[in-house]
Amino acid sequence: MPETKVSFPHLGSYCVPIEYLFTRGVGVDYVTPPPITRRTLEIGSRYSPDTVCAPFKYNLGNYIETIEAGANTLVQTGGVCRLGYYGELHEQILRDLGYKVRFVNMARASYSNPASFYSEFLSINPDLSLKRVAAVLTLVLKMVEHIDAFESYMRNNVGFECEEGSFDRLHQDFLASLSAVESHKELSAISKLYMRRLKELPINRPKNPLRVGIIGEYYTIMEPFSNHFMEKSLARMGIAVDRWINISNTLLHNPSKKVITHIKDYAKYDMGATAMFSIDKALEFAKKHYDGIIHVKSFGCTPEIDAMTVLQNISNDYKIPILYFSFDSQTSETGIQTRLEAFYDMIVMRKEDRK
Amino acid sequence: MKIGIPRALLYYRYHTLWETFFEELGVETVISPPTNKGILDSGSIYAIDESCLPMKIFLGHVEWLIGRCDMILLPRIASLGRQGSACMRYQAAYDVARNAFRGRQIKLLDYNVDLRKNGGQIETFLSLGRAVGKKRAQSLHAYLAARQADKAVGTAELLHQQDLLRGDRCRILVVGHPYNVYDPYVGGPVLDCLRALNTVPIIADIVDRREALERSANISSTLPWAFNRQLVGAIDIYRRYVDGIVLMSTFPCGPDSLVNEIVVRRVRELPVLNLLIDGQEGSAGLETRLESFVDIIHFKREEDITLA
Repeated sequence: MPETKVSFPHLGSYCVPIEYLFTRGVGVDYVTPPPITRRTLEIGSRYSPDTVCAPFKYNLGNYIETIEAGANTLVQTGGVCRLGYYGELHEQILRDLGYKVRFVNMARASYSNPASFYSEFLSINPDLSLKRVAAVLTLVLKMVEHIDAFESYMRNNVGFECEEGSFDRLHQDFLASLSAVESHKELSAISKLYMRRLKELPINRPKNPLRVGIIGEYYTIMEPFSNHFMEKSLARMGIAVDRWINISNTLLHNPSKKVITHIKDYAKYDMGATAMFSIDKALEFAKKHYDGIIHVKSFGCTPEIDAMTVLQNISNDYKIPILYFSFDSQTSETGIQTRLEAFYDMIVMRKEDRK
Repeated sequence: MKIGIPRALLYYRYHTLWETFFEELGVETVISPPTNKGILDSGSIYAIDESCLPMKIFLGHVEWLIGRCDMILLPRIASLGRQGSACMRYQAAYDVARNAFRGRQIKLLDYNVDLRKNGGQIETFLSLGRAVGKKRAQSLHAYLAARQADKAVGTAELLHQQDLLRGDRCRILVVGHPYNVYDPYVGGPVLDCLRALNTVPIIADIVDRREALERSANISSTLPWAFNRQLVGAIDIYRRYVDGIVLMSTFPCGPDSLVNEIVVRRVRELPVLNLLIDGQEGSAGLETRLESFVDIIHFKREEDITLA
């Protein structure tokens, strides 16, 4: 049997900790999927059902391209929305296309029985050391937190960088340096070093910049290609961008119980997946007098569509503009830019009016 | 006191239970009329454009009830425990309606099913009874009567359908959520058309639910949604008795977008038509597709007879 080469679909910068988890923890080779391009989305869409949400199509495109790059073992997670059923259909489509790969579908494991996750990992590497996986996993989770902290600061300040590209370069260097860390101590030292360098980068930030908060569906908000690099476009307009959704905030420090009390004026029950977070953060951005909110999701995302009914009420109550984007495989770049520019003009005028 | 029940979404699955329960308690109910264009149009005003057709229809029914009753029953289902989860639309429907009709002075009656957090169906009905001011014993009695009535209706439907499985007329399994199949505005034209084409529609929703849940694993093993599991299990139960399958979905349906694709790829021995209904007017397109589908089935039957 050929050597195991694992791969997992892209999601923002998280391919770095995921690679670390598989190579150091599970002890197998890892193939990072080629960067997402138009082609990724095109082949993903070609073999997906039409009305499935865009993340399914991106994931399928990643799988096909990573098989072409040498991967022979693919992993899919479970999830609370349609994501929970992605794996079985991805596997079926790849089989029907004739790809002979191993498909590890975490949706087969159950949360009520943590040992079942272990057995899914065992199917990737039978010689797996539970002790090593556990040790590496804690390091990987810390790594995720450092990446998220770095990117949060970056998102908020990159629009004001004095030298174009200085933030991006440092970001790339930071990510590249992570795969070499050997211990918690090293990880924390490197993260501190880069965080300091990041904060030392010269910026020309006005005292009272335009502030925009981004909310929305899990994949589309975290995978920059799928939202047409929305955060970058906003930065170029000189906007300080905030978003709360990332892996640390949602998975590692899940605040669901608190959230439902924050939003009780608007929602009595958990409306599913990220809907509560979208409502909670919209409310927070509104109360903090942000200049605007942008809501992003893939077309047809049920929980986020339901959240929109509530967001419209928040927008009315707090007089805060919300711009809604729904992305599919056919979304036009020009359309997005035009809408963003109009939104920008509007929030600038509102800010001047308020002076 | 008068309770309004929207004739949409979960109504088609639970109406016998709800209606009998309130009747036993002596609580008057008013049910919105069968879906018509007016209801869909008014629902579309309150719904987000991108919402699925059943959600638009649901909001239209709620709107119709406003001012015609004292409280509106708004069911919410999050989890059915080991049977599986529910589409997030059911999970959010309560709060969506609450937000869409904010300022319209409506009182909502909760029917909240979340087996991960609360008790089973019986607790849900007891709290429903409490909300309309009935004693526990009264509610319990009414619930048991409702269960009985629901079971009787289910058994009668199943027996009737089993009769249809005999004889050699062309049978087509119609697989769709009850709120699509039984809604005269959505699934009605499809069933009428199939009958006019001299075929017998077999309804996948009419099935021994427990058996269907178990047998769904023969087709798909990680299916998370309870209602889809039942429909997929029904395919496994009926596949030997029918000549073709119509997958009836409404646009854009989250669960169906994946499940229908699995069915098309895994049920290979029968012709399968993937029919997506979007609420646009005009039936010519629908009739043409169903006609050609039935033609294919007839060709296939003749071929099979010749080969035999």
